[in-house]
Amino acid sequence: MTDRRYTRRLGWIGGVAMAFMAMIGMIEEFNERLLVSPFLTLGYSLLFGIPLLVGWLASKGVPNPLEDPIRDPRRGAITGLVTGAIAGVIACVPVILANSLNLTRFLLNMRPQLVDAMTFDLGVPLGIVALVATSAVVGALGGFLFGLPETVRKGISTAAMWVFGVALFEAVVNDLFDFMGRGLNVVYTPFDALQPWAAVIIGVLVYWLSTKNRGRVKEFTEKVKEADPRSRLRRSLIGLAAVLVIVLPMLLGLIINELLVNVTLFILMGLGLNIVVGLAGLLDLGYVAFFAVGAYGTAVLTSPLSSAFTPTLNWWVALAVVMVMATLAGLLVGTPVIRMRGDYLAIVTLGFGEIVRLLLLSDWLTPLFGGAQGIRRIPGVSVPFLDQVGGTRPQLFIYIMMAFVALAVWISHRAQNSRIGRSWAAMREDEDVAEAIGIGTVKAKLLAFISGAIIAAFAGALFSAKVGTVFTNSFDVLVSIIILVVVIVGGMGSIRGVIVGAIVLIGVLGGPKLPGLLVEFTEYKLLIYGAILIFMMLKRPEGLIPSVRRSRELHQDESQQDDWMDRAGRFGEEPQPATVEA
Amino acid sequence: MALLEITGLRKAFGGVLALGGVDFHVNENEIVSVIGPNGAGKTSFFNVISGMFPPDEGQIVFDGDNIGHHAPNEITRRGIARTFQTVRLFPNLTVLENVKVGQHCRTRAGMWSTILRTKKQRAEELMIEEKAKEILGFFGTRLSGYRYDQPAFALSYANRRRLEISRALATEPKLLLLDEPTAGMNPRETGELTEQIGQLREARGLAIVVIEHDMKVVQNVSDRVVVLDHGIKIAEGTYDEVSTNESVIEAYLGRPAGSTDE
Repeated sequence: MTDRRYTRRLGWIGGVAMAFMAMIGMIEEFNERLLVSPFLTLGYSLLFGIPLLVGWLASKGVPNPLEDPIRDPRRGAITGLVTGAIAGVIACVPVILANSLNLTRFLLNMRPQLVDAMTFDLGVPLGIVALVATSAVVGALGGFLFGLPETVRKGISTAAMWVFGVALFEAVVNDLFDFMGRGLNVVYTPFDALQPWAAVIIGVLVYWLSTKNRGRVKEFTEKVKEADPRSRLRRSLIGLAAVLVIVLPMLLGLIINELLVNVTLFILMGLGLNIVVGLAGLLDLGYVAFFAVGAYGTAVLTSPLSSAFTPTLNWWVALAVVMVMATLAGLLVGTPVIRMRGDYLAIVTLGFGEIVRLLLLSDWLTPLFGGAQGIRRIPGVSVPFLDQVGGTRPQLFIYIMMAFVALAVWISHRAQNSRIGRSWAAMREDEDVAEAIGIGTVKAKLLAFISGAIIAAFAGALFSAKVGTVFTNSFDVLVSIIILVVVIVGGMGSIRGVIVGAIVLIGVLGGPKLPGLLVEFTEYKLLIYGAILIFMMLKRPEGLIPSVRRSRELHQDESQQDDWMDRAGRFGEEPQPATVEA
Repeated sequence: MALLEITGLRKAFGGVLALGGVDFHVNENEIVSVIGPNGAGKTSFFNVISGMFPPDEGQIVFDGDNIGHHAPNEITRRGIARTFQTVRLFPNLTVLENVKVGQHCRTRAGMWSTILRTKKQRAEELMIEEKAKEILGFFGTRLSGYRYDQPAFALSYANRRRLEISRALATEPKLLLLDEPTAGMNPRETGELTEQIGQLREARGLAIVVIEHDMKVVQNVSDRVVVLDHGIKIAEGTYDEVSTNESVIEAYLGRPAGSTDE
């Protein structure tokens, strides 16, 4: 493919993406959030982020692993200009359509407001020119940036990221400022946007710091990576991280802590599912069932309101009972499906998850579980000296959540690097052979199911204590799917990956029911989830922070070649390509 | 009393009779080769012994117990280990992990002791590691040192075969079933492995059954040779006896030159 064709193609892709975003109403909706006063809104930064990206990519040229791309700001700017202009022209199509025809019956968002948003309130003939021009200029900027020398380029992009981040995560920054002193939040306008002078100061400051300290961060991380796990450097870093984790919730406000509780809930479930899917390789699509067992079990045992059976136990006692129940549930699901593999297992567990939800809703069990009414007045976790800690005190509840996450991390970590973890890994790789070398796969599978179930039951028990009420709609298939997405995006089989995945997806975008840090995204959450999944599957199937085994699995060919070349160069070793003669 | 005593073993897959009533035995510390043309039922024979397929008829008595319908992992636990004709390692586990996982049925640590990391569990992990290194040491430096942490898929073909044998040895078998252990190896490696099979018997007191196509290997390692054809045992005896047997020559080694039209 020639560079020119590549440029054209990128322009087309960018334009279609821009038009799509406009047509589904993203731009209008996101324009209500001002990032940097007075004109840069979230909607425009997403819309024109596309020409910036395609301009950059077009200037990079056709991907070629054997040659370094040519970096020339002027040439890049021209290529970017063309790409951005093409994208802008295509992005005009929905605007013209919406302006001339009334399509609101088919596409709700093709309305005058869309035209206004896309044309900067300038009306059609003039606004369209402005749209194409802006797109072209931004594209040129992308191409120009690519052509700059590395230090400048990295400095500018870091500065831009920081400004964008500080503006976007205003809620978190404001909470931190709140603690440090009221005066500091003058960087934001009353409408939560960054003041223009503040944006400039942050940008310049970050640029200066990043160009001055180039390479030092990388150097330091390398040093940490190579350091002995017991060295003072490692230990002090771990200590620092621990202190940060403990202190941070105290600095943050109610809303952010509420969100953190939600994130840790998904970290907990992600870690549980990670044992089942990531370590043992059993694709469980009904994982939410175990979560429901934990939540409803605790609800019935602790609430004074469930009609048929009200022991009103202490939360911790209920937790112990719920663990036993989860074990039984794990056995109950595990035993019949133990002979199934892959897709079949996924379908059966999917069905099981729904069965549990429908059972909870059924008339038959309504006396016990309250049917559609659910169970209310579930007390919080009883903690000595603090009375009951529930969802109304998220700043305390977060510590209980973190304690359970730590427990789950500990369990996963130890199980992973042990006899049991090895048997799971073997089973995941080749079940027949695992059986043939003496691993009881039935037992290993049940063990994985039960471990996962117990962790999910912990999450359920915490969930009901936090929310105070349980309804069946908190336990639909979507929850199972989203936990699985957290595990996949984070990195299957990787503890750190699951944590990062939950923070990125649940914390920033929002979980199945609650909004994340970016409240504006709530409506488009599932769309963005889908886009992230597709991107990850194409570009980084091993997840954000992959486990060693998993990335080996996905990059066998490459590392095989590397190894062959390594060996060819090694003295005294006969290089031997793997040929099968038998 | 023989270590493994098989009588009247039959196995059919649909209409295809893979094994048509085979009698077979292996004594302690004996090396027996099973040979036969392609499709003679040699690998099916191994699959039935190791429990991957249950037999239709017949008895498999190992160490005094009938193991005919036990699960593969139970059979391994009782002391029969095998390798596969198409090497089947756990490709993404490291060399060391492949051998460690082989010791599964000889170790005990459960979920609780793993989570609590009890003294016993730590001692067991250490033992597993030491033993894995010792087993790999049998092949000299080929699978040791920097190789420990390499993923199994990165190994050369011959090393994969060696690792598969190591993994089988890790299960502490009394009887080792090797399915074409030298397939795909060059003559030098074949010679080395032939010698090592003999050493395995000496050093570990194993009984070994080998399926092999390379007649030189068969001649060098085996005390006794069993010939299968179309699922039926057609001859048994020392290499010299078998290699001069008329029906064997016809079925397997080929007709003498000149007996065909060309």
